[in-house]
Amino acid sequence: MAELRGRIHSFESCGSVDGPGLRFVVFMQGCGLRCGYCHNPDSWDCLAGREYSVDEVCKEVAKYRIFMRFSGGGVTLSGGEPLLQSEFSAELLRRCRENGIHTAIDTAGSVPLEHSAPVFAHTDLVLLDIKCINPGIYHELTGGKLDNTLETAAYLGRHNIKVWLRHVLIPGVTDRDDLLERLAMYAATMPTLEQVEILPFHQIGEYKWREMGYDYRLTGVTPPSPERIENARRIFAGHGLRVVI
Amino acid sequence: MNGIEWDGFKPGPWQNEIDVRDFIQRNYTPYEGDGAFLCGPTADTLALWHQVSALKQEETRKGILDADTAVPSRITSHMPGYIDRDREKIVGLQTDKPLKRAIMPDGGLRMVEHGLTAYGYRIDPHVHEIFTRYRKTHNDGVFDVYTAEMRKARTSGIITGLPDAYGRGRIIGDYRRVALYGVNRLIADKAQQHDSVGLEVMDESSIRLKEELAEQLRALDELKQMALSYGFDISGPATDARQAIQWVYFAYLAAVKEQNGAAMSLGRVSTFLDIYIDRDLRSGCLTEMEAQELIDQFVMKLRMVRFLRTPAYDELFSGDPTWVTEVLGGMGIDGRTLVTRNSFRFIHTVYNLGAAPEPNLTVLWSELLPENFKRFCVSVSIDTSTIQYENDDLMRPEFGDDYGIACCVSAMPIGRQMQFFGARCNLAKALLYAINGGVDELSGVQVGPAIGACDGEYLDFDEVRAKFDLIGDWLARLYTNTLNIIHYMHDKYAYERIQMALHDRDVVRTMAGGIAGLSVVADAFSAMRYARVKVIRNDSGLAVDFSIEGEYPAFGNNDDRVDDIARAIVCDFIEKLRAGKTYRDAIPTMSILTITSNVVYGQKTGPTPDGRKAGEPFAPGANPMHGRDRHGALASMSSVAKLPYHAAEDGISYTFSIIPDALGKGMANRIDNLKAMLDGYFHSGGHHINVNVFDRETLIDAMDHPEKYPQLTVRVSGYAVNFVRLSREQQLDVINRTFHSRI
Repeated sequence: MAELRGRIHSFESCGSVDGPGLRFVVFMQGCGLRCGYCHNPDSWDCLAGREYSVDEVCKEVAKYRIFMRFSGGGVTLSGGEPLLQSEFSAELLRRCRENGIHTAIDTAGSVPLEHSAPVFAHTDLVLLDIKCINPGIYHELTGGKLDNTLETAAYLGRHNIKVWLRHVLIPGVTDRDDLLERLAMYAATMPTLEQVEILPFHQIGEYKWREMGYDYRLTGVTPPSPERIENARRIFAGHGLRVVI
Repeated sequence: MNGIEWDGFKPGPWQNEIDVRDFIQRNYTPYEGDGAFLCGPTADTLALWHQVSALKQEETRKGILDADTAVPSRITSHMPGYIDRDREKIVGLQTDKPLKRAIMPDGGLRMVEHGLTAYGYRIDPHVHEIFTRYRKTHNDGVFDVYTAEMRKARTSGIITGLPDAYGRGRIIGDYRRVALYGVNRLIADKAQQHDSVGLEVMDESSIRLKEELAEQLRALDELKQMALSYGFDISGPATDARQAIQWVYFAYLAAVKEQNGAAMSLGRVSTFLDIYIDRDLRSGCLTEMEAQELIDQFVMKLRMVRFLRTPAYDELFSGDPTWVTEVLGGMGIDGRTLVTRNSFRFIHTVYNLGAAPEPNLTVLWSELLPENFKRFCVSVSIDTSTIQYENDDLMRPEFGDDYGIACCVSAMPIGRQMQFFGARCNLAKALLYAINGGVDELSGVQVGPAIGACDGEYLDFDEVRAKFDLIGDWLARLYTNTLNIIHYMHDKYAYERIQMALHDRDVVRTMAGGIAGLSVVADAFSAMRYARVKVIRNDSGLAVDFSIEGEYPAFGNNDDRVDDIARAIVCDFIEKLRAGKTYRDAIPTMSILTITSNVVYGQKTGPTPDGRKAGEPFAPGANPMHGRDRHGALASMSSVAKLPYHAAEDGISYTFSIIPDALGKGMANRIDNLKAMLDGYFHSGGHHINVNVFDRETLIDAMDHPEKYPQLTVRVSGYAVNFVRLSREQQLDVINRTFHSRI
């Protein structure tokens, strides 16, 4: 059998915001969504990046076990959308777990479950980015369907997999009290949710759009004010949720 | 001796022989708590610091504040000096006025004269006459003996920064002995040593040692006189905490009155002093507020140490460094931590007095350090970037649990070992000599041996490696011989009599060589092996540029293909140094440390086969080259951690800069993550790390608006500097260094 290979954008040995502790982050290549504010548009193209075997990635991961041990960290698959290359991701995380390494996935949950479920079987924590709770806005913003994400969320709850919910606060798009309120209400029903991370929109990714020759639609949008960030925090906290900013 | 001074101390062998470590081990109280007990500065401390800060600002504006042009500095050469006598709990200045610089011509008159003229002063004609007609200097002696080859190597910059014109430093007196025993006891001990030398055979080494011991005795006597001029009789032991700190400081002050050494470390005094503070706190004659005041004022004095330097020296090591290095923490060989409350008080001065480069706060990190202390240190790093960390678990087996750090990374048991400081040689240039057959790539002069140039269109790894080996043999031999001359003459003309008086009679000596440009050379060989390096030659056939075809693994990505090359270069060069014959049978060691000189080394080196352009700075110390580490912070530090300490026991320096956001969300996470990084790095065998936590934008703003950041401290290869006092080139170098910033 040919060895399983995956397309990878890059590695980061020192992820500090993608799960607990210090994390080895594998940025997978390829994404089905086209979020207007994406700060990694260079990871969209499914044919770009470099191919690695599971073995090769495991060897890289193993180099950082000592840092994982001291920090309570582990491995995080990010991207891109790591659930697109589900066979590779599942095998990689299975191998990590087999070696006692904590596993996490940073995903939008937009890949149909029949495709992604095998990966979750080897995942300790899912960083689930719900882009917007309104299906229409979700589609407009990402080109994808909210339904898949919600089905993923429900699946994680049923299978007792821990979730950190992520949500990008974009002025004029997602930063609306009614949307935040509905998302918070929804989040409060997720049985395995540990915390909600509010990610204030920033323009750091804009240069990449230009480099990639893509048309950036959010030029001129400013990051949310501290008051709006606090407002969002209050809304989620109001539903008894632990909020991290 | 059984007076009140030792009341309450547990007895032991330390009473009968000079053994400060034994005293510490029997009497100190390990502290595992947090920093909640710490006090802020007193009104007197703040008033004094306010005055000193004003003087420092004036100094920054003028270059130097004042200089004594007429009196060569000795322990007793100057009248007592004060900042504001009534407020000072700890007294003593190098000269009669704060920040006034003394001249120390024993190391070399030229350095003194250049230093003075650069700031608009002229040396007193009598001093000039004395040191040209009647009294020879270290610098004169060295140049009497330097060979033509040595001069050429020095001019071309393949060996630079040699301590041949000023004090060599890197010697740490055991200043604690003065407080514990009083000077009279030390004099009696040294007199006995003097008597003991040359009874059987009076050969050259006995004569030298006996004369040195006589000089040490004289220095101890002058130390007592100097203290008396400030109204203190230090012939007996200190009786309380204030005296203990004052006695230790007088001893250190005597050293910096006589030696403008390249690095004048303090050693390891904080836990020792804690014993005295603890005794006073328990007897109720001292409060925590007063204890902190004593430490704040002691540290204030350490921040005021000044030497007269030349602009050329500043280009190499700017920011007026003195490397008053104090080590803190670490573990004892019995498993108890050496962290005490006083370790916290020392570090707390960066809040009470604001951040500053000196003293060079050096935390000896061990996996076993108390969690509270780890968290405290790491939070101070995140706030102020003032701490450097060194691997106690790596050094303790080698040096025991009473070692200090000379300069930045050089470990030595206090009072028992010293080093002959050797600056460093430029390995990147040595690589170019290998390619060009010993001809300097910039001047075209044949500096090294004529081993024949590499003449292929592309560089061949094996051919260059073999020639690099030959050049290495030549360089190591020349380097050791040069250092032998320097240290022979330094002993002869600029002997460190007070520092050596605070050592045992028979000390271990190391001959500390150093290398610069390690990551350049490792990457160059990696390029030869894994890509193709085409040579571009000028009309006379000299390789003057290189073009790289393809990609190669660069040092700093935790990739063994190139990390093994770096490791081999280090191991090979120390073997070459070990093959040499050294002055006073010193043990050859090696450091991978550049401080800020990586900028000047780069300026003096042509383009290199790793793709580095002519004049571009090297990476500092053992750092990967700027921007070539692409797998994040842990990959970078893991590559450095692989460099073998056993081959570079004089220290391996790594400078690490990270933006706060890249450490995690919120202070608690950042503390956890940085602590884990240090634990992981040191567990992997890393020796030293400077931790800088700030935004690149802050540095750019500080470059443009220095007035807004008078106390912005950054850590560079082995020490800390005041950022706004760096040269423009060095500021840019710091800013261009890899910032780990992915979030």
